Amino acid sequence: MPVSGTCPGGDSVGQTRGRIFFFLPALILLAAFVVYPVINTVWLSFQTPEGEFSFLKNYAEILSEPELVDLRGFKRGFPYGALIHNIMWIVIHLPLTVMLGLILAVILRDVKGGAVIKSIIFLGMVTPMVVGGIILRFLFDGSVGILPSFLNLFGITRRTLTAHPDTALFALILGSLWLWTPFSMVLYSAGLETIPEYVYEAAVIDGASPLRIFFLITVPLLRPVTGVVITMTFLWVLKIFDIVYVATMGGPGGASNVLALQMYMYAFRQFNANAAAVVATFLMIVALIVSIPTFRALRGDEA
Amino acid sequence: MRMAGQKTSRTIMLHLVAWLLALIWLVPFLGVFMASIRPLSEISRGWWKFATFTPTFKNYVGAWNHPAAPISRGMMNSLKVAIPGTIFPVLAASVAAYGFARFSFRGRDFLFIVIVALMTLPQQMIAVPLFRIINKLGAVDSYVGLMVVHSAWGIPWILYFMRNYFSALPVEVEEAAKVDGASDWRIFLQIVMPMALPAVASSSVLQFMWVWSDFFLALILIYSPTKLLATQRVPLLRGVYHVDWGILAAGSIIVMTVPIIVFVLMQRYYIRGMVGWVSK
Repeated sequence: MPVSGTCPGGDSVGQTRGRIFFFLPALILLAAFVVYPVINTVWLSFQTPEGEFSFLKNYAEILSEPELVDLRGFKRGFPYGALIHNIMWIVIHLPLTVMLGLILAVILRDVKGGAVIKSIIFLGMVTPMVVGGIILRFLFDGSVGILPSFLNLFGITRRTLTAHPDTALFALILGSLWLWTPFSMVLYSAGLETIPEYVYEAAVIDGASPLRIFFLITVPLLRPVTGVVITMTFLWVLKIFDIVYVATMGGPGGASNVLALQMYMYAFRQFNANAAAVVATFLMIVALIVSIPTFRALRGDEA
Repeated sequence: MRMAGQKTSRTIMLHLVAWLLALIWLVPFLGVFMASIRPLSEISRGWWKFATFTPTFKNYVGAWNHPAAPISRGMMNSLKVAIPGTIFPVLAASVAAYGFARFSFRGRDFLFIVIVALMTLPQQMIAVPLFRIINKLGAVDSYVGLMVVHSAWGIPWILYFMRNYFSALPVEVEEAAKVDGASDWRIFLQIVMPMALPAVASSSVLQFMWVWSDFFLALILIYSPTKLLATQRVPLLRGVYHVDWGILAAGSIIVMTVPIIVFVLMQRYYIRGMVGWVSK
């Protein structure tokens, strides 16, 4: 056993130095293709297209563009602007995903064939979102889609829901719910398994009704899972791009536009890198703020 | 007696609701599947109507050999990106994750938190400078460029996932090996990695699915018609004068099969990878 040149920890100096090679490949890739671009984007967001440093003036200008916030929408209807659409998306989608995922997880635990149903629902999770967009476009199509035909039974005129300003965004939100709820269902199912059986048995002996058990035992014990579901769902909706690009391209007339798509339009269709950087940086800041509680929780776990 | 009857009716209700939900969830998939195996004339009447039903394989052939955007080519291209785009980041991130789990150095925890924070980034945040860098490297419109970007993009969460796994492994075996004079690399490769294979499988499955399903990065980095990936080709299957739903549906299903096969084969690891977010 080599004794010479040993560090206090018991490792030889040469060995400790060699440890840097454990980190290098990952850190170099991250630095070059993630961290540098992020810093560069922040820098671009402070500059005018002419290359002048304008700091936050860009933000004030871009974020009040009608593409992002269109106050006239509140008088006339869609579009309200990408930012408002994102907010609407989150406000509608988030509580429904949490509730549906939880209810599905609880119901399917007690149902015969629950595993099969879970697998069916889970299909949405392994579907590439581009395909998801195509499926939604087909589902909502006025002439070949099943949903408009179904609604027609109730006297609602058949039309392509994704092609009309007043329904396009809602159709996409509904579709995103269909694609994303499996995620919260799976997390809740895993969370349910961690609740020990005797907790329920005790409650049943005490004569608690199923509803009381659900609200007073299941829901509180699943709170950590709910936290993760809310954060991940928020991030997913915030970044939503593929299904909008494929199903509506943000249309008609911007009625289903979202921030991630608007950023792409600025950057790669209008070649306005600075406006794109403003939208991207805005997305990043919101994403970071939303994730702070989860990070706290993760750190708490380590201690 | 009344209690028992109540309980039975409750169970029946529960099953009804469950299967109804399953049906609702299945309908959009069922529709695409039906559209993919029926001629356009039948789709136009409604895929849920079966007055005439002539199953055909034509749409699949049409999508596979599509004149503008053959899916066959897209599948090959996607594999060329997704396979190395899975192997590289899993290797690089696993090695670094082991370092974060076992070696102590100044600033380690801070560095780790920065890397974890990178997980929340929207891809839009790197898009413009990334395009410029890759362009400078002459790797725009090449799979190497896209693969490297996917590798870098996947590292934070794989690293996070693997580090948690390594941290949970018992350290005694490694210490014993160290006393016997084994180097860090030997310990990592011969003792730790074999124990970590389930975690490697989980992160590989998730990474592969994400690279396969990715659209945005491909959209900004790959543009030659012959080089387009599978996900980029699906939207191009729409006809020119009318939407050719049969071919579009068939192409969608072909592209979906790969993640579905991976999921079915590796279900255990996939779920474990996802649930890794809640359980330490």
